[in-house]
Amino acid sequence: MLDLKGYGWMLWQGLELTILVGLAAMALALGLGLLGAWGKLAQGRAGRWAAGTYTTVIRGVPELLLILLVYYGVPTLIQDIAEGAGHDIILDINPFVAGVITIGFIYGAFATEVFRGAFLAVPRGQIEAARAAGMGQALTFRRIVLPQMWRFALPGLGNVWLVLIKATALISVIQLEELVRNADIAARATKLPFTFFFVVSLFFLGITIVSMVVQRRAEVWANRGVRRA
Amino acid sequence: MAQALEAATPQQEEPRAEPGVALQVTDLFKRFGDLEVLKGVSLTAYEHDVIAILGASGSGKSTLLRCINLLEVPDAGEVHVGGELIRMRTDRRGQAVPADRRQVDRIRARLGMVFQQFNLWSHLTVLQNVVEAPIHVLGLPRREAAERARALLDKVGLADKHDYFPAHLSGGQEQRAAIARALAMEPDVMLFDEPTSALDPELVGEVLKVIRDLAEEGRTMLIVTHEVGFARDVSSRTVFLHEGQIEEEGASRAVLDDPQSPRLRRFLSGQRGDA
Repeated sequence: MLDLKGYGWMLWQGLELTILVGLAAMALALGLGLLGAWGKLAQGRAGRWAAGTYTTVIRGVPELLLILLVYYGVPTLIQDIAEGAGHDIILDINPFVAGVITIGFIYGAFATEVFRGAFLAVPRGQIEAARAAGMGQALTFRRIVLPQMWRFALPGLGNVWLVLIKATALISVIQLEELVRNADIAARATKLPFTFFFVVSLFFLGITIVSMVVQRRAEVWANRGVRRA
Repeated sequence: MAQALEAATPQQEEPRAEPGVALQVTDLFKRFGDLEVLKGVSLTAYEHDVIAILGASGSGKSTLLRCINLLEVPDAGEVHVGGELIRMRTDRRGQAVPADRRQVDRIRARLGMVFQQFNLWSHLTVLQNVVEAPIHVLGLPRREAAERARALLDKVGLADKHDYFPAHLSGGQEQRAAIARALAMEPDVMLFDEPTSALDPELVGEVLKVIRDLAEEGRTMLIVTHEVGFARDVSSRTVFLHEGQIEEEGASRAVLDDPQSPRLRRFLSGQRGDA
């Protein structure tokens, strides 16, 4: 029915790269999200200010623009600065790295809010009980707060992941040979745009469905010990 | 008890209270904004003392208990635990803060706290709740901690509930598990913050029985409670707080059977009226 004219392997390779970029960016986003949530909830004004600026700026600027800015803008900027200082350098950012960093940074801002809410949802009394038992702040966070945060964070993080994986399509503009970019190449070569873009849509749908199954399981795990109402 | 004696050995650089003193609170002040909750409370608990702390709501009795393990930081006053002074300093804003967080953690580990709302860790089973702090704070080997936990859960009557999550227990069972959790640290002093106030009336008895057994074992305990009858039967001394100050204190039977201050008299008649 759908004849891929021998370009199928390109789509598989693209799928692999898309998932890789997605996972790497998600890992970065989780790390930044925890850091950002910590900054927002911390006592210090510096942390709150930094985290507040981060989420405001990132969420306020279009993703595509940020990708272009990181991939094309940042190297040029650094080169200009270096030239001003009398050094002649050529800086190229690997599109994979640029994509992961940009997408990770963007979705880290969304994850920050998810984690912040999840942290606030952990009952204070349980934290007090941990402190009263002589557990320090770090131990309390690791053993009592973090494991319970997942329960409140997973629905939100699942959302972040689904939006993130679709946003990886944007990095086709910086020549990274992920799913959309390869489909575009194949579509141009074969003059069958519907076929390729349709197949790629199915791929994304497949990723989403698999993700939702994984998420459901993760939520069951995170909700152990919680009575279903 | 051996641990308490150890704590009072001369290696301690802190000023020492008299031997046999498990806990000493001196001239404690605490305010929340404009509200002065504690206005100079002093209290000494000797080893094996069971002290009931009574008072109307808002009298500062829970705050007093929470100041002892620094869940609330007192604005002024001293707390000695087993002869060791909790060192305080003043921060830039003029607020009293603990001078050494590690010391606070160490002292907290020697004080078992039982909360009104149980506060069991809901992602852990009953057994996991009980072994958590012994393993991660005291550094006990897992097997030893589990053995200790099983013995304690037997003792509080939860032998068949090890693998239940807190959400699947009744309030009384949760509170008994919370008591086992506190006991697992082998604390020098147990602090009970209204342990039965959140329970349905028919579940109060099972928790009080566990506390009564602990009193009979000779444990040092401070119990903030509304149960006047229980205080009279179980505690050796009763302290009655009114508006952040000790209004009356003494041997429980004497104080509760023959109260001297009109406020305590009124409080007691009100309590009987409730019951």
